[in-house]
Amino acid sequence: MARATHRTALVAATAALALGLSACGGGNIEQPSASGSAGGGGKECGDLRIAVNPWTGYVSNAHVIGYVAQTKLGCKVTYPDVKEEVGWQGMASGSIDTIVENWGHADLTKKYVDEQKTVQDAGLTGNQGIIGWYVPPWMAEKYPDITDWKNLNKYASMFKTSESGGKGQLLDGDPSYVTNDEALVTNLKLDYKVVTGGSEAALITSFRQAEKNKTPLLAYFYDPQWFFSEMKLVKVNLPEYTDGCDADAKKVACDYPPYALNKLIATKFAESGSPAVDLIKKFQWTNDDQNAVSEMIANQNMSPDDAAKKWVEANPDKVAAWLS
Amino acid sequence: MTDLAVSSRTTSATDATSAALSVRGLWKVFGPNADKLLGTPDLELSRQELQAKSGHVIGVRDVSFDVAPGEVFVVMGLSGSGKSTLVRLLTRLIEPTAGTVVLDGEDLTGMGEDQLREIRRRKVSMVFQHFGLLPHRKVIDNIAFGLEIRGEEKSGRRSRAQEMVDLVGLTGYELNYPDQLSGGMQQRVGLARALAGDPAVLMFDEPFSALDPLIRRDMQKEVIRLHHEVGKTMVFITHDLDEALKLGDRILIMRDGEIVQVGAPDEIIGAPADDYVRDFTAEVPKSHVLTLRWVMRPPGSADEGAGAPALPDTTVVREAARAVLAADGPVRVVDASGAVVGVVDDEDILRVVVVEQRAPAGAR
Amino acid sequence: MTTTLEPARPAPTKEAQPVAERATSRRTGRKLLAVLALWVLAWATLRGRQTLELANADTTGLHDWFNDVRDRVQLLGQDNWFFHGVLGTIASGLDTFVGVLQEHLSSVTPGDWLGWFGVLLLAAWVTYALAGLRSTLLVTVVLLFLGLAGLWTDGIDTLIVTIVAVVICMVVGLPLGIAMSRSRRTSAVVTPVLDAMQTMPSFAYLTPIALFFGIGPACAIVLTLVYALPPLVRITEHGLNSVAENTVEAGRSLGVTKGQLLRQVQLPMAKRTIVVGINQCTMAALSMATIAALVNGPGLGKPVIAALQTLNVGAAAVAGLGIVLIAIMLDRTTTAASERSSPAGQRVAAVGSPGIFGGRTLVLEKLPRWATEEGGRGTDRRFLTPSGRRLVLAVLLLPVLVGAYYSTRYLQLSQFPDLSGVPVLGELTAGPLGGHINDLTNAVVDAISGVTNGFKDLVTAVMLNPLQSLMSDLPWWVMALVLLAVAFLLGGWRPAVVTLVCEAVVLGTGLWYDAMVTLTMTLVATVIVMLVAVVLGVAMGRGRRADTVIRPFLDGFQTIPAFVYLVPALALFAATRFTAIMAAVAYAVPIATKLVADGVRGVSPATVEAARSTGITRWQMISKVQLPMAREALVLATNQGLLYVLSMVVIGGMVGGGSLGYLIVQGFVQGQLFGKGLAAGIAITALGIMLDRIARHAAARFGR
Repeated sequence: MARATHRTALVAATAALALGLSACGGGNIEQPSASGSAGGGGKECGDLRIAVNPWTGYVSNAHVIGYVAQTKLGCKVTYPDVKEEVGWQGMASGSIDTIVENWGHADLTKKYVDEQKTVQDAGLTGNQGIIGWYVPPWMAEKYPDITDWKNLNKYASMFKTSESGGKGQLLDGDPSYVTNDEALVTNLKLDYKVVTGGSEAALITSFRQAEKNKTPLLAYFYDPQWFFSEMKLVKVNLPEYTDGCDADAKKVACDYPPYALNKLIATKFAESGSPAVDLIKKFQWTNDDQNAVSEMIANQNMSPDDAAKKWVEANPDKVAAWLS
Repeated sequence: MTDLAVSSRTTSATDATSAALSVRGLWKVFGPNADKLLGTPDLELSRQELQAKSGHVIGVRDVSFDVAPGEVFVVMGLSGSGKSTLVRLLTRLIEPTAGTVVLDGEDLTGMGEDQLREIRRRKVSMVFQHFGLLPHRKVIDNIAFGLEIRGEEKSGRRSRAQEMVDLVGLTGYELNYPDQLSGGMQQRVGLARALAGDPAVLMFDEPFSALDPLIRRDMQKEVIRLHHEVGKTMVFITHDLDEALKLGDRILIMRDGEIVQVGAPDEIIGAPADDYVRDFTAEVPKSHVLTLRWVMRPPGSADEGAGAPALPDTTVVREAARAVLAADGPVRVVDASGAVVGVVDDEDILRVVVVEQRAPAGAR
Repeated sequence: MTTTLEPARPAPTKEAQPVAERATSRRTGRKLLAVLALWVLAWATLRGRQTLELANADTTGLHDWFNDVRDRVQLLGQDNWFFHGVLGTIASGLDTFVGVLQEHLSSVTPGDWLGWFGVLLLAAWVTYALAGLRSTLLVTVVLLFLGLAGLWTDGIDTLIVTIVAVVICMVVGLPLGIAMSRSRRTSAVVTPVLDAMQTMPSFAYLTPIALFFGIGPACAIVLTLVYALPPLVRITEHGLNSVAENTVEAGRSLGVTKGQLLRQVQLPMAKRTIVVGINQCTMAALSMATIAALVNGPGLGKPVIAALQTLNVGAAAVAGLGIVLIAIMLDRTTTAASERSSPAGQRVAAVGSPGIFGGRTLVLEKLPRWATEEGGRGTDRRFLTPSGRRLVLAVLLLPVLVGAYYSTRYLQLSQFPDLSGVPVLGELTAGPLGGHINDLTNAVVDAISGVTNGFKDLVTAVMLNPLQSLMSDLPWWVMALVLLAVAFLLGGWRPAVVTLVCEAVVLGTGLWYDAMVTLTMTLVATVIVMLVAVVLGVAMGRGRRADTVIRPFLDGFQTIPAFVYLVPALALFAATRFTAIMAAVAYAVPIATKLVADGVRGVSPATVEAARSTGITRWQMISKVQLPMAREALVLATNQGLLYVLSMVVIGGMVGGGSLGYLIVQGFVQGQLFGKGLAAGIAITALGIMLDRIARHAAARFGR
């Protein structure tokens, strides 16, 4: 991750001390001045702490916003790595300023936004989160009708594994999500067993192996995700989502709702008057934008900052809109 | 040695007040409720029975004895006889279950921790089978350790330790670490450490068992020499009968935690208390141990043996043999006061020597 | 892990024992068979009833209560005197302190205190002063590698966090260990706490600690403390207690006070053991590097986690390699430093064999000497007299300071130069090195994934599935009774009582079914661990060459973060319970193998020679002499294997293991499942303590 990460939140006194000392020793080294490039006018930006959740799409959001805040607003940006829950907690306790891609989390929203009021909604990111059941491309090609859930039972025996106890296996997974899959299997009367994959890495590796060895796989997955730029997984269509069809978790028999991903900021930060608050609120882009940056990070091994820089330089109009 | 033995025998076990060490009714019972067991009939049971019944093990059972100042008192027994437990009870390294230990006039058993520590620092020292040296200290610092912990000046303890180094013959090895020395030399360090504090009583817990036979013999001689030079009271634990006979003024034989017999070497050999002791001592060359007292017979007539020179009754048979065999008839035996107590003739001497030569052959 | 030291109780008569023992074990065997028969019968008739299975999203009252407590504490946290005042102050103090160190040492932004060159020079100089030339060379090479691989900042951060954590551990742990060695009661009170600290998966308490200490270095350090403190305390206590009894007695006979005994006898003699304790503490601290990264702890865990997101095995492996190298560096350097500080020619008798068993199970496990292979005692040979060395140090100080000064002024000396374009050296930079590792991994996976998947299916079908069904698909009380009976038959009433309590705890967590699934996987993994460990351990114990070849791999697997090999493991065995088992096996095999090897090597040469004189074959030698005589080591290896396997349950949950491990991961990332995750952590702790006690008491009964 970026160098800057490691100069995390120093208490003012030590920072001053270090600055003083380095000023004495100065000379040959060019000192990038923090305030020099501050545009925009208005208030000084100061520190901006963007939580980084552990998936690449998120990293893209965070570093694009961070890059813009650093170069255009003169903020001192840090990227604390945290899991989602911990990030919310951090906003409440004041160690984190913003989360820039949030997937639902109704419970946390209720707790922190509605009840504690320590966190505020900062608008949509423009990305659409799509959750569902996917098969590798080769299967969709060979068995075109598999994308309709009604045909799943026909193929169930194909999906048998050592884990599924004679039924077809539906690989579930990332621990970050509560899924309705067990209820769905029961309520749609599918001859499948939900097997716990355990992590995103498990899901992606499974898809890679399945595509490479042409073995069957049905698994829970989500978009936007950088992996889509490597492999076009095909979604199996469950009964269409209608408002409220998932109200009772035990009786769910419909597809997952599309998630409109949003951003969050800590109330304290929102009230600080930092110019970054506006930037975060105005930030919006498309799934393709995000996947482009993610692809640079994941498959081209670029550093998130370099990838962000490249995208920002290629898309001046979009960036300008966020800063207006 | 010989004269010491005589004197000790006369003072033995009689007058507790002047004894260097006096032990009365000492018990050690291992187990969860040892204290409650005292005074119950269970204590009459044998070791095995008691262990089976209550899980208690008797280490030492009702032991009493006195050690005179300057005496070398040997406690002898096979492994498991309780002798090592006994020696630890004497300085309360193990707490006795019952009984008293009076050392140099002070009752150790009633003492508090501090008093006891003071006794250990000044009055009594111990030499251990496995040396118990501190591997991280040089020889000289090991020897000075006891002085150091009782708070003596560095220069004082160094010079005292150096004296001890010279005394035990380790000169030149002062700055070595223990593991650079042979076993015998390490035990010399242990000996020097014990002597450094100038204690009234020295205790040895099988000090030479871990050494090979030649070194062991050297070390035994060393102890005898040191005893002559410093004249300390010594309590010496061993499982080796030869060692016991060689060093001891008196010997206490233990078995299953109990005293079987206490006596001078010749008493043990000449009048074994029971079959256990008899078996034990069967192969000892009796002529080396028994004195004329044990082979003489009452004079047949008042003038029997009058022609030959009289021999003291403390003369060992082997040493008397030449004189007796050279004499024409019986030889008179006299006690310390010069009074005639008996006579010996060739036959009396030969009986001891011949039995000795036949016995081993017969035994095989 | 525990027990009090029994007072020296005279041994029962020797002759009677063996006969009685053989009879007991035969009788026990028959009783166990009877239990098994009843068990299978119960399973056949009562299958599927009262299994207490809990659906993934369901929670119990206890779980909700945990959530509730967390919420209330969180609300309090804002201005509560304890959470905000005390813990907050500690947290911000630690954060500041680490921040200052980072600013001065690891940060390479030009203008900060020291650049890489200055840090390298200072580190080398200090190492030379404390530990000697060989260690200096090692430190230099490792630090250069970190720079080359682009891991400079993260690597130094890891060092900073580790060293700060270890120093705190020493400040807290050494006095605690001393107190425990001096008071049986303290020991009895503290030991179970240490047990829980070591067995509880860190994921389970990650969120609460983050709650109290905020995210960042302070939180990372506290996390590390929880895990790294117990080995130090235990080994310190053990070291003091195992100072040769005759030396302590000699001291007492001279009239030492308790304080004198401690300072002049016990501490100096236990020093080597305590240094081992500090080493273990350091290794444990390093093993938390990855997990600490999840709460924004600085260090090499970050690149590992980042690489895992994109499944970049190579990048993760390079960062993992950095952790391994730091582990080796710290181990060798601390050992060398402690050897240097003790007088020449001194050997401390108190240090026993690497594995110590009987009463207390400790793993005095150290990384072996392959990185700085030193030929025994000869290493103490010094080229310089002490005063000569001091002179050299003083003379060297000037260039070091000059170099350090320039490192603050010149970019090339401040930021580690990018050498990726340079031939040979360039291959060691992160990109190419990671690439090679990726290629290699892919080639291996492609070549053997067919075989491994077949193997997986076989083991799952014949071993895992039947056993899991037998253990989890029947009424909970049947299984509870079976466990109780086994505990009683193997270990007597004490472990049976412990088992009963642990069962009650598991039941209380509401996760009985998941716990039984986890238990199944743990047992299967342990069996595999022991099979591998015996094969490798015997080979290592019998031959020096096998040892030299195998040992580096064991070291690597023991220190490299599991996250590094999760992806290849997934490719080889798919997301299944078996993959979880294999991940645990990879982690537990090294320790078990080393213990077995030590045991086999420890068989007296005289016995081996005597056996050889009878015309024994090699196989007979192994099966009839060496393994039976190494029984104690085998038992210890099994015990440690079990605990190590259990500590990987969480990782297993991420690769298809499901059950408790997955619940813990889930509880960590999903707020509403926090309570359930914590409960799962408690259940694992209970399982761990139960298994440990049964194994320990069984070993005491049959191991010797």
